[in-house]
Amino acid sequence: MIEANAVYVIVAREYKRFVRERTRLVSAIARPLVWLFLVGGGMSRLVPVKGGLSYMQFIFPGILGMTILFSAIFSSISIIWDKEFGFMKEILVAPISRFSVVVGKAMSGMLLSTIQAAVILAFFPLLGLDVGFFQIIGCLAVCLVLAFAIAAFGIVLASFYESYESFSVIMNFIVMPMFFLSGAMYPVKLMPSILQFFARLNPLTYGIDALKHLIFPLEKGAMSADFTLAADISVMAVAALVFVLLGGKAFERKG
Amino acid sequence: MIRVENLVRKFGGITAVDGINFDVEDRTIFGFLGPNGAGKTTTINILCTLLAPTSGKAFINGHDCHTESSEVRKDIGIVFQDNSLDKDLTARENLVFHAHLYGVEKAQRMARVEDALKFVDLYGRADDLVKTFSGGMKRRLEVARGLIHRPKVLFLDEPTLGLDPQSRANLWEFITDLPRRHEVTIFMTTHYMEESEVCGMIAIIDKGRIIASGSPQQLKNTVGGDVVYLKTSDNRKAMEEIRGLFHVEPAEKDGEIFITAQKGDDFVPEVIRRLSERVLAVRMQKPTLNDVFLKLTGKEIRDETVAAGDDIKQMVRAYRRRSDRG
Repeated sequence: MIEANAVYVIVAREYKRFVRERTRLVSAIARPLVWLFLVGGGMSRLVPVKGGLSYMQFIFPGILGMTILFSAIFSSISIIWDKEFGFMKEILVAPISRFSVVVGKAMSGMLLSTIQAAVILAFFPLLGLDVGFFQIIGCLAVCLVLAFAIAAFGIVLASFYESYESFSVIMNFIVMPMFFLSGAMYPVKLMPSILQFFARLNPLTYGIDALKHLIFPLEKGAMSADFTLAADISVMAVAALVFVLLGGKAFERKG
Repeated sequence: MIRVENLVRKFGGITAVDGINFDVEDRTIFGFLGPNGAGKTTTINILCTLLAPTSGKAFINGHDCHTESSEVRKDIGIVFQDNSLDKDLTARENLVFHAHLYGVEKAQRMARVEDALKFVDLYGRADDLVKTFSGGMKRRLEVARGLIHRPKVLFLDEPTLGLDPQSRANLWEFITDLPRRHEVTIFMTTHYMEESEVCGMIAIIDKGRIIASGSPQQLKNTVGGDVVYLKTSDNRKAMEEIRGLFHVEPAEKDGEIFITAQKGDDFVPEVIRRLSERVLAVRMQKPTLNDVFLKLTGKEIRDETVAAGDDIKQMVRAYRRRSDRG
């Protein structure tokens, strides 16, 4: 059972905290831009332009995915902070279902991450990309689904940890590998088969792949999308559903 | 309003709560006393539906705390031992969040929040972030929050822990007033014995068992009465006389005679009137709840090493972490 009032108020709280924390906002926007222009710009000289795309243009969908990955995971991991600083108790004794809490948290991650991704998406003209209005709408829709799936995954992760010391473990052993094994920086089809195996298990891969479809639909070469758009969307939708159910399960356990 | 029957809660090999029973009447203040690690917080967590009992039952307003947790949650407000406010939100935002969470109707929401802020004297600071508040202000805000949804029972777990004496006094004044003003039953825990004087009923818990219960006066009567100290012109003669007149056994220490009397208030004028020796000075000491605990367990409640309590807390925490994963 999901209580709308609970979901609404949990999202509202996260939003308030988000806009109040200026430094978090700035760094959330700055990180992807650093990757896009410093890494992407540098690598563009190394990677020869074969088809129509420069390397910087190629990683743009990946950078959008990165924005969502970091902010959605961060948003969900804040559950560990809430546990540590006691606020989670206030939520857990309220007359609302655990599932509402999970959905509320996942929706917070979804909305906040998509707002950040939208800011990054606005940089497309600087990269010489031509993205039409309907493509932009499509990209935002993909971002919403992807962000919900990643945020729900983050909630499942957060349920395993009690203190924020585990934050760096999650960052180094889960978030960074997820990023590099997502086809963000290099096409999945060029990976060694063992890495391809892991990339195919990674929900982020399909989100980034869907964005590639929408941002450069005409690309044909090595830098083109790896799967069909239909496959991308269905995998993400299934992942979102599975993780939110697992998250609900993880929350329902009593000591 | 609250009923607990043979409640047991074990954490692995440790029995934190060992078969306790009690009843709390509507609109009274019930004090749950005991040293750190005695099982107070475990009991609260069971009553608040956060923890399942190993065996036994607990009811609030007729609802089972384990099987009807959502009914119970609507009827209770809680002020936890550790602060559970969102420090990055303002006082008002914390209260509005709570009102939403408990489904308070839109028409009443803002009025109740305003009332609560005025009630705890934080109206002037309503739009300041909670992280700028003092310990006493945070605690008052938490009490206000716990009342927003008009609960039938308000739990206060060590409400004065970590507060300075003045804030403590203020908070007590305010808590004492709650049952009348908000038609609410208060269930509080504390390990400061003197603070539980405000309670209508008290249960003392030690090592997971209730070792005594009753009103503060009843409990203090079990100590055996008041201690009266007398200084007279001739203590030895006076003691002889007292033995004869009152059939009690006086003793002498540091130039003072001391006598344990059932009713010190009546005994003092009587002894002054009937004694032929001149009484130079009189003082009387009422037994405190600390004396009660001392008598029951042979140790001071505060002497109970904090470390021992913390050890149990830590073991329980470690156990819960393991079982959470399993």
